[in-house]
Amino acid sequence: MSIKYTEDHEWAKLENGEVTVGITDFAQEQLGEIVFVELPEVGQQITVGEEAAVVESVKAAGEVKCPVGGTVTAINEILADSPEKVNDDPMDTGWFYKLTINEGENLDSLLDEGEYKKFVESQE
Amino acid sequence: MPRSDDFTTRHIGSNPDHITIMLEKLGLTSLNELIDETIPSSIKSEKAFSLPAALDENRLNKLSRQIASDNTAAVSMIGLGYYGTVTPPVIRRNVMENPDWYTAYTPYQPEVSQARLEILITFQQMIMDLTKMELANASLLDEATAAAEAMMMAHRVSKSKSNRFLVDEDCLPQTIAVVKTRAEPIGIDVVVGNSDKEIYNGEYFAALVQYPGASGRIKDYAETIEQLKAKNSLVIMAADLLSLTLLKPPGELGADIAVGSTQRFGVPMGFGGPHAAYFATHEKFKRSIPGRLIGTTIDANGNLAYRMALQTREQHIRRDKATSNICTSQVLLAVIATVYTMYHGPEGLLRIASGVNRLTRALADSLKELGYKIIHGDFFDTVTVYTLGNAQKMLDKAEQARYNLRFIDKDHLGISLDETSSREKVEELLHVFAGDTAGHVNGEVFNKDLKRSIPEHLERTSEYLQHPIFHRYRSETEFMRYLRRTASKDITLARSMIPLGSCTMKLNAASEMEPISNPLFAHIHPFAPTKHAKGYHRIINRLDSMLSDLTGFAGFSFQPNAGSQGEYAGLLSIRAWHKSRDDGLRNVCLIPSSAHGTNPASAIMAGMSVVVVKCDSSGNIDIDDFREKAEKHRDTLAATMVTYPSTHGVFEESIREICNIVHENGGQVYMDGANMNAMVGICRPAEIGADVMHLNLHKTFAIPHGGGGPGMGPIGVRKHLLPFLPDHPVVSCNRGGSSLLGTVSAAPWGSPLILPISWTYMRLLGKHGLKRSTQVAILHANYVAHRLDAHYPVVYRGKNGRVAHECVISLSQIKDDCGVTVEDVAKRLIDYGFHAPTMSWPVPDSLMIEPTESESLDELDRFCDAMISIREEIREIETGRATLENSLLTNAPHSYHLLVSDSWDVPYSREQAFFPTKEARDNKYWPPVGRVDNVYGDKNLVCSCPPMSDYE
Repeated sequence: MSIKYTEDHEWAKLENGEVTVGITDFAQEQLGEIVFVELPEVGQQITVGEEAAVVESVKAAGEVKCPVGGTVTAINEILADSPEKVNDDPMDTGWFYKLTINEGENLDSLLDEGEYKKFVESQE
Repeated sequence: MPRSDDFTTRHIGSNPDHITIMLEKLGLTSLNELIDETIPSSIKSEKAFSLPAALDENRLNKLSRQIASDNTAAVSMIGLGYYGTVTPPVIRRNVMENPDWYTAYTPYQPEVSQARLEILITFQQMIMDLTKMELANASLLDEATAAAEAMMMAHRVSKSKSNRFLVDEDCLPQTIAVVKTRAEPIGIDVVVGNSDKEIYNGEYFAALVQYPGASGRIKDYAETIEQLKAKNSLVIMAADLLSLTLLKPPGELGADIAVGSTQRFGVPMGFGGPHAAYFATHEKFKRSIPGRLIGTTIDANGNLAYRMALQTREQHIRRDKATSNICTSQVLLAVIATVYTMYHGPEGLLRIASGVNRLTRALADSLKELGYKIIHGDFFDTVTVYTLGNAQKMLDKAEQARYNLRFIDKDHLGISLDETSSREKVEELLHVFAGDTAGHVNGEVFNKDLKRSIPEHLERTSEYLQHPIFHRYRSETEFMRYLRRTASKDITLARSMIPLGSCTMKLNAASEMEPISNPLFAHIHPFAPTKHAKGYHRIINRLDSMLSDLTGFAGFSFQPNAGSQGEYAGLLSIRAWHKSRDDGLRNVCLIPSSAHGTNPASAIMAGMSVVVVKCDSSGNIDIDDFREKAEKHRDTLAATMVTYPSTHGVFEESIREICNIVHENGGQVYMDGANMNAMVGICRPAEIGADVMHLNLHKTFAIPHGGGGPGMGPIGVRKHLLPFLPDHPVVSCNRGGSSLLGTVSAAPWGSPLILPISWTYMRLLGKHGLKRSTQVAILHANYVAHRLDAHYPVVYRGKNGRVAHECVISLSQIKDDCGVTVEDVAKRLIDYGFHAPTMSWPVPDSLMIEPTESESLDELDRFCDAMISIREEIREIETGRATLENSLLTNAPHSYHLLVSDSWDVPYSREQAFFPTKEARDNKYWPPVGRVDNVYGDKNLVCSCPPMSDYE
């Protein structure tokens, strides 16, 4: 099990054939205190790169792109009432949604932790 | 040297001696020298300006009254969304004519805007009550654009996958035209017809119906609504607000969105505007609602405060993904409508509505007795009369008796009554209809019991306006004090300078405001016969030629009601022009990353796709990137949108080259006129290469900001685009063209009531005064830049080290060094009695300062002293003598609650907190609340009035 990253600051974690998606610590830091998260619906089919979720602070809004195509199996319902979870614990309990990957797709082309760290440094 | 009676010396804040002092500080000997160093010579206009010379105030006020008397004050019974109304004198004197209300800016700084925020949330409550919808916004530009926004929102949120939008044929003609214009570029298919029938004709994502209809008919939409719901379509009702005191409201009929005008709540018709429209919907659509939304929150002390909520929907954050390009409400007009309701209360509104309805029934009854047929028996205030081919004849006869009716077709006339109607007027009109049988008109009808004209099952039974705020201020003494007390909570131009960059908060002189109160400007219906609006046409024509002279354009359209609407209209005209040349595939719009957020939002509305162009580190458009992208899209390039001088406050040297690149690749140049105040009387945008440009009359040409509206964004175009300006379905106003563009606002000339302000401004200053204003605006900005640079670095300058009419100072080093933010400085300025400059725009961690020509050297120094004093307070933190936490900056603003609290557990004195300078002591502004908690407000959204106990 390993966590992969995108240049749009999403993370994706593959476990037992299911991918969990969220935003990185860097992303939540940039957005500031998060007040709202809009999530896809369970059962929704999403394609790679599609804007499947929206995250908002009082001064910024960001679309969360889907790192890999698939079908949504679960959403993090806690975020509806406690969007601050994304600030507090972005890589774990602040996850956004889970999906099963479309056949033929995978996370191989995404960044690994070292590559993502380097990418973030180059952005600062 | 200006003559002593020259108004220029009153408009410009600094006197000649002060100007000399400032020039000396900048190492200059004359204003001309400053301008030569600031504006590239290739940009300056070589052709002389032909504007008239200045006129003194007395003569001008006389001329203005004379022009007003060219308008004819007939009794308007035209209806169609515009009605006679009485502005109670206490409201006219204390609100409409009061600079405490009309000179405020949009409430971006909530701590200094609690007055208008409180009234706006009351506005939302009023709309929610009358419509019985769950959530209302803080107003939109007019009813027609509100309907178009409703269509757009429905398109986003409707569960129906259909692309068709049904519009009932009894909607207002201007609404239908604006909706069609808005739908076309984004591919929505509008079907106009009888909704009862069309509803069975395929699927729609939503439908728009008028309630009561343009014909006056109160139609029962139950079946239509049921059908729509069954197909997952949304229902939009455009409802007359006054009628809702008698009629079952949209929320109870199943509407998903309700829109309409609040004009007849005390706001004069003004030949079409400005008026506040309302927009209400379900709570669940709160994140999709367009425009400003006011919500409650708490301040740093846990007390109730108001603020603009959910701003992430809006263009300044979301840009091309925003819910709309709307960036203003009609605050002053919404305030008037709200206090009108507080003045009358629910029983007063009911009395007015019942009186209007009773008179209308008497009119209908009498017309029937005279042998005329009334087409619909169910009506509120409007009847359609069948005249058997005599419509034109009766219209003319009525006009001779000074009554304006609505001409529908050769057989039918429309008659609308309103708050100003009386038994005498109705009798006079009946005599016109009676003709030779005048003897048949008798007064009996006014006394007898008349048949109801509202179907029983559509009568309103639910309560409304029960909140104590609508009941409390019925005595004029109490009401006057409420208005005064509330107004004192805000920082406006009546208190101190508002140095907001890109907003041009200049003087709105008393003489410029005079025409607003003139009944001959105020009470003209937008669809009155042209000969009744001669005065207005004189003002519009004169403005057209003066603005054309100043900008180099061939002509202007005055239809756009805001800068953002000007952008949208301008891009539509470019689009129509491309189409007319069989080049309609052009849809790419190049927009620099530094552009105002409205630019990309408007481009999307005009059906264009946005390609963002980079800026270099000094804020200028990256020419190489621009050329590369223009050439890459050469077959599809429609336009570019540029702001000049740039949004960084600099006269870019390369602007001509940018315009050339666009033209060479087949596109047109749209110039954003937000910064025109740096060019008036010196440069002509059309000569620089612009094809279309909007002017913010509420920035450059002295229309007050009204606390966040009204505004006017007329667009000027070069000759080839003249035929592609907006037109109007009721009163033609296009320039000999093809009507290819359509209609962007409800009224043909936007908001004409405020046009005399800009006309007066230009006539008062004249050619020389306007140019001198520009020079002094640039001098003031350079003086402020000079004084502040050692304390906060000025980050963008032109080739010779000069800024244009505004300057950007950076606080990023301060933030990195000690954690003090732009927001901290902005809030601390409040303790010194100032409104903050524009925050973190166009770059993060910066303040953008635009002093305008109207401030005096004394006021500029007071502001700079405050900024420098705050810098010293920051230094205390930098050097470790104070901690960031619990500092003067992070605790700012200090509201009076702290002063009177028993405990004082902060490491500085009360004097330092409340009276940091002598000036702050002499003219103390008491912020009504401490720092507003934005996060709390967005997490706990409440957009209705809090319980009365919270007001005390």
